[in-house]
Amino acid sequence: MTDASPRRLDDRNDVRVDHLLIAKMVEPNSRVLDVGCGDGALLQLLATERNVDARGIEISQAGVNECVARGLSVIQGDADTDLSGYPDDVFDYVILSQTLQATRCPKVVLENMLRIGRRAIVSFPNFGHWRIRTQLMFKGRMPITDSLSSPWYETQNIHFCTVRDFVALVDVLGARIEKAVAINHFGAPLRVTAPWWVWNMFGEQAVFVLSRK
Amino acid sequence: MTVSQRASVLSEADTPHSLVARFDASSPLAMDCGIDFAPFSIAYQTYGVLNAERSNAILVCHALTGDQHVANIHPVTGKAGWWETMVGPGQPIDTDRFFIICSNVLGGCMGTTGPASLNPSNGEPYGLDMPIVTIRDMVRAQAKLIDHLGIEQLFCVVGGSMGGMQVLQWAATYPERVFAAIPIAAAARHSSQNIAFHEVGRQAVMADPNWRGGRYLQEGVKPEKGLAVARMAAHITYMSDDSLHRKFGRKLQNREAPTFSFQADFQIESYLRYQGSTFVERFDANSYLYVTRAMDYFDLAADYDGVLAKAFKGSKSRFCVVSFTSDWLFPTIESRSVVHALNAGGASVSFVEIDTNKGHDAFLLDLPELFSTTRGFLDAAAKARGIHQVHGA
Repeated sequence: MTDASPRRLDDRNDVRVDHLLIAKMVEPNSRVLDVGCGDGALLQLLATERNVDARGIEISQAGVNECVARGLSVIQGDADTDLSGYPDDVFDYVILSQTLQATRCPKVVLENMLRIGRRAIVSFPNFGHWRIRTQLMFKGRMPITDSLSSPWYETQNIHFCTVRDFVALVDVLGARIEKAVAINHFGAPLRVTAPWWVWNMFGEQAVFVLSRK
Repeated sequence: MTVSQRASVLSEADTPHSLVARFDASSPLAMDCGIDFAPFSIAYQTYGVLNAERSNAILVCHALTGDQHVANIHPVTGKAGWWETMVGPGQPIDTDRFFIICSNVLGGCMGTTGPASLNPSNGEPYGLDMPIVTIRDMVRAQAKLIDHLGIEQLFCVVGGSMGGMQVLQWAATYPERVFAAIPIAAAARHSSQNIAFHEVGRQAVMADPNWRGGRYLQEGVKPEKGLAVARMAAHITYMSDDSLHRKFGRKLQNREAPTFSFQADFQIESYLRYQGSTFVERFDANSYLYVTRAMDYFDLAADYDGVLAKAFKGSKSRFCVVSFTSDWLFPTIESRSVVHALNAGGASVSFVEIDTNKGHDAFLLDLPELFSTTRGFLDAAAKARGIHQVHGA
């Protein structure tokens, strides 16, 4: 396995910004479950750059096939039904990347993530972003943006939330926010000192690291 | 059945067209029924070359009515091997790269000791004097063969249906000897419904007057009707309603209208009768009783305090579990419970449910998704195991 150092990660210009951001949050040599891992790009990044024991859950057969061919351990399933089968505390991190809004029961999914992993890393599109607010306010229609491109009647995304909504849910769960990052339209993180309302207005995506209190 | 065909089945039981490993009283098989069984033979086929490190061996486990002839012309039927789509040069289980072993299961009738084999104590076929065989007995016998071949660890154990049961048993019983495992369309236990189907088949065999209490070989007859009915009933369970409908529908067989008789008016009837009649040409009726019974007794969790996860606890093997959407004999939920147990046991596991209408038998058919999954998994595992792309290269 390759040496895992943050410097090395910054040299990677071939990976998605949010993947890079998540990879930096993961301690080397840890055990990771990526829920909704797609073609396994994030898991592979974590395996090669962070030397993690990488596991995944993916709903599509094509995605699972790609992962298996990459040598990743991935099971076909989904966040709503398959997390309950895992025992407590088997992972250091459970990652839910751009999937929360597509789950049937986001609260139960988060509870399970915090049960089976020591930390949960959750990234999601912020429905409080100003572009979305603007569309809703001035057009009076459900917003369609670059990253949320499907109309309301076809989208997989059934449980949108804003950054503030998410923070409120974390409170209900009784979990602790260890780290939070918002990314603007250009993939750059917002200043950590910025107040919540700035994040909620200008963060297009948010990434949270949660742990049990 | 012709006289020569009958003779060829009998001769395959004791002098098969295969390699044979013989184990005498110095190396008995400790069977689950409590008997130390000896002597016994294991008939097997190999394909490809074992590398110098002895690290590239793949054991293929066959299903209920399969045998060791995975990828060569069958000596009795003259047909192609049962898994030539999967095993061969350049195929997912690549004979240019791996050393593939397939042995006839204990209780089978193609050269491994079973009820049609001669009992050395009286010179007659064992018949019902053969001890009852379990899946674990089959796997113990295979382990003796692997010892005999001087292989410490198998690179992979792979099989579908009953073969998948053996894969799971291998992983549980000999975890350090299994680097990778691919159980396909399998389950960690035989369901009540499946036991029920098997019992129907066995009763059909035993109800045939030619069964003669299992002594038909001594008496020079064969319970062909009973065995054919057993095969017909079982064959239905290997397909799906959808695949039967697409293939046969309500189409009539070589006629314009129903005959108002009990002839095989429908194509599906004709097809099943054909399946039954060809099966009895190559398969021993008592062997069918024994091997179905072995599947019935299979309940892997039962050996581990009823907790399946304990069967795989601490396993370092990597697993790729495969199921098929239309398989109602070994439905996806059975594979999922295996996956959950593997996860709970901390094992490395991948799982794919392949979308197909072909039913349980899908694992034997030309299914690109199955091939790409198997190829991808084996490639990645071979890399991890340090097996070169092509042997000797």
